[in-house]
Amino acid sequence: MTTAKKNAQQEDLFVSGHRACHGCGMALSVRHILKATGEDVIVVTPTGCLETFTSPYGYSPWRVPWIHHLFENGPSIATGVAAALRAQKRDTTRVVGIGGDGSTFDIGFGALSGMLERGDDILYICVDNGAYMNTGGQRSGATPLYAATSTHPSGKKSVGKVEMKKNIPMIVAAHGIPYVATASVAYVKDLQKKVKRAMEFRGPRYIQVDTPCPSVWGFPSDHTLEVGRMGVQSGLIPLFEMEEGKVIHVRKIKKQVPVEEYLKLQKRFRHLFGEAEREKEIAAIQTLADRNIEEFGLLGKSKE
Amino acid sequence: MELTIGAVVKGGTSLGYKTGSWRDQRPVLDMKKCKVCGQCESVCPDSAVHVVEETYIIDYDYCKGCGLCAYECPADAITMIREDK
Amino acid sequence: MSVVKVLEGSEAVALAVKACRPQVISAYPISPQTHIVEGIAKFVADGDMDAEYVRVDSEFSAASVISGASAAGSRAYTASSSQGLLLMSEVLYASCGMRLPFVITGVNRTVSAPISIQVDQQDTMSLRDCGMIQLFVESSQEAYDAHITAFKIAEDPKILLPVMVCMDGWVLTHSYERITLSEEKDVDHFLPPFKPANFLDVKNPKTWGSIGEEDMVMEFRYSVQQAMQYAKGRIKEIFAEWAGISGRNYGGLIESYKTDDAEVILLAMGSMAGTMKDAVDNLRSAGDKVGLVKIRSYRPFPYEDIWEAVKGAKAVAVVDANLSLGSEGAIGMDLKAKLYGAPNAPLVVDVIAGLGGRDVNESRIKKIVEKVKEAQASGYFLREPYWAGLNPTIVPQGV
Repeated sequence: MTTAKKNAQQEDLFVSGHRACHGCGMALSVRHILKATGEDVIVVTPTGCLETFTSPYGYSPWRVPWIHHLFENGPSIATGVAAALRAQKRDTTRVVGIGGDGSTFDIGFGALSGMLERGDDILYICVDNGAYMNTGGQRSGATPLYAATSTHPSGKKSVGKVEMKKNIPMIVAAHGIPYVATASVAYVKDLQKKVKRAMEFRGPRYIQVDTPCPSVWGFPSDHTLEVGRMGVQSGLIPLFEMEEGKVIHVRKIKKQVPVEEYLKLQKRFRHLFGEAEREKEIAAIQTLADRNIEEFGLLGKSKE
Repeated sequence: MELTIGAVVKGGTSLGYKTGSWRDQRPVLDMKKCKVCGQCESVCPDSAVHVVEETYIIDYDYCKGCGLCAYECPADAITMIREDK
Repeated sequence: MSVVKVLEGSEAVALAVKACRPQVISAYPISPQTHIVEGIAKFVADGDMDAEYVRVDSEFSAASVISGASAAGSRAYTASSSQGLLLMSEVLYASCGMRLPFVITGVNRTVSAPISIQVDQQDTMSLRDCGMIQLFVESSQEAYDAHITAFKIAEDPKILLPVMVCMDGWVLTHSYERITLSEEKDVDHFLPPFKPANFLDVKNPKTWGSIGEEDMVMEFRYSVQQAMQYAKGRIKEIFAEWAGISGRNYGGLIESYKTDDAEVILLAMGSMAGTMKDAVDNLRSAGDKVGLVKIRSYRPFPYEDIWEAVKGAKAVAVVDANLSLGSEGAIGMDLKAKLYGAPNAPLVVDVIAGLGGRDVNESRIKKIVEKVKEAQASGYFLREPYWAGLNPTIVPQGV
């Protein structure tokens, strides 16, 4: 029996009927996150795509206790829940925060930092689609270099976002927490493994999941995992695990894919191609990918 | 619709909303080609593929027709057919 | 046996909170509330209090932590003032809508700009719309007793709203009073453990914080308004119950002081009500028929009780240590709205006093009474509020 089939036989804690877009990477990753955590969890979600498509009044797909409060306080609500569980001696129930990049990278960043510094026993997962997608795709601190967004569109005087993507995994790791990992919805087994590993620790843990968005990145809804794979195999999305501040594992890339192959799949990068091809910009993105490959030692034989 | 104090809602109630109405194409599974690997069930964002005694069933009440199952099937056992409304 | 101690107001509040056995406390410092959370920290550090004490990164987080804790079924508490309370406002709106009970001490302090740590009511006034119950106290003893009742009010199954106990910064928090402390067993008997019907529970998974469509938001708001209406009666019952146990009775949603035959009635909240009682006594011995209505519950606004107390008077001087800039003081607006159209209603004059720590002393109070008598005699209509104690010669002008 293959692993995928074993997974299939667990009862879903995240059921059908939610209002995510066709092919939503975020929805798929949440299914697998909950398969890995099991049912003895309380999930906290700040405002964003995930909150909106899972909570029209009376239609909730969450078969675990779930709370959405505000946009900037996911981590603090999680802290409060964790404190209550300690006070009530509900020792087996764990707290999992699942929030988007808008909340995690920007408006909720202070709250996240406070949670990490306090050492609260919370697994915080950022489902990262690189923009404020819920409101139509405005730029966030997670938007990658030279992507076009609705508040940073390409134009005669603009080539999209010229700032780097905030390196939240490293910033989070600098808080000295037990476990930090990056994952991708393109590799769901790997994602589940990382969630399970994270649950073995107590204290604050962070996982950032690349979740491509067909609607706004601009690709067909059946290409979500393909785009995700390209991102990882180009080196732009390094997948690694850190325990106690040291990188202990990386997902190797068998053959490095040029960034162009990843960028060409998405409308949000189309301004870099065509008649006025932006060679300088594409080269800069390639440099980012190359730097990741070197820094994390991504090339080589896979251990899987 | 019954309104509760504080708008607290029971979990799992999204099953009351049939997202199948969003489709404009539907996946059709050819069990002869199927290798029973479970990929389709694994990649469906809407939990619309179920394993029932070594057979795969697509729940058309909720399938949005995104095509991920067809794209990812290693046996090419799923075809997307356009649905005319 | 209850014990009498000379205590700083903040310490009295810390002891009241300790007696109520909250499970989760969040703490972020801001003058002049900090002594309260520091007092509680010492109890926890010495093992005298069994609570999860969470030192947070901002007041936004402070309010959020107690919201999360409440949703998970724990009794929760925090304290703040001024800028901190303003920062919490988004959180309080959400928690009121989600019906998450907890108690906050709102230590009154004015708001920037200019920055000042002195007392007025502007901070808590800016939170009056969100659905939170607001109680005001005149003394540190009253603060002690109000906190004990606050948890029971918040957690009442037909209320389920946050309760803010508002007390004047410095004047009460940093002054010393003889405080009678009740026995723990009396508080335990009065305030059983928090057992909400709905809480985050893996055995019964539910969803909090859903989106409300346009065919339901108005009804959700109405249900909070209904809870506020219900709270008027229930708060009185809870006050009376605690008064019976403690022996200390402050009245109901208001306290009426010498209002029966009063021609001019002062209306106020907070510690200035104490000074006003002295002023009323002195004016009466000089022949003036003056009285005082002290508001104890500001939200829900007890207009029915206020009407009963003031309907026979000629004029009411509402003393607001706050105002909605561009209009007038909040209590004045609340009262005028409710009395409009009432037959033979007294003239209501709004008075702005005590902003930024400007003392509301007896001579100013006497001046207020005189001004209101003048207004009443002159046919007062469509005027700006009377700013008591303003120094017009130093008001900034020009560029």
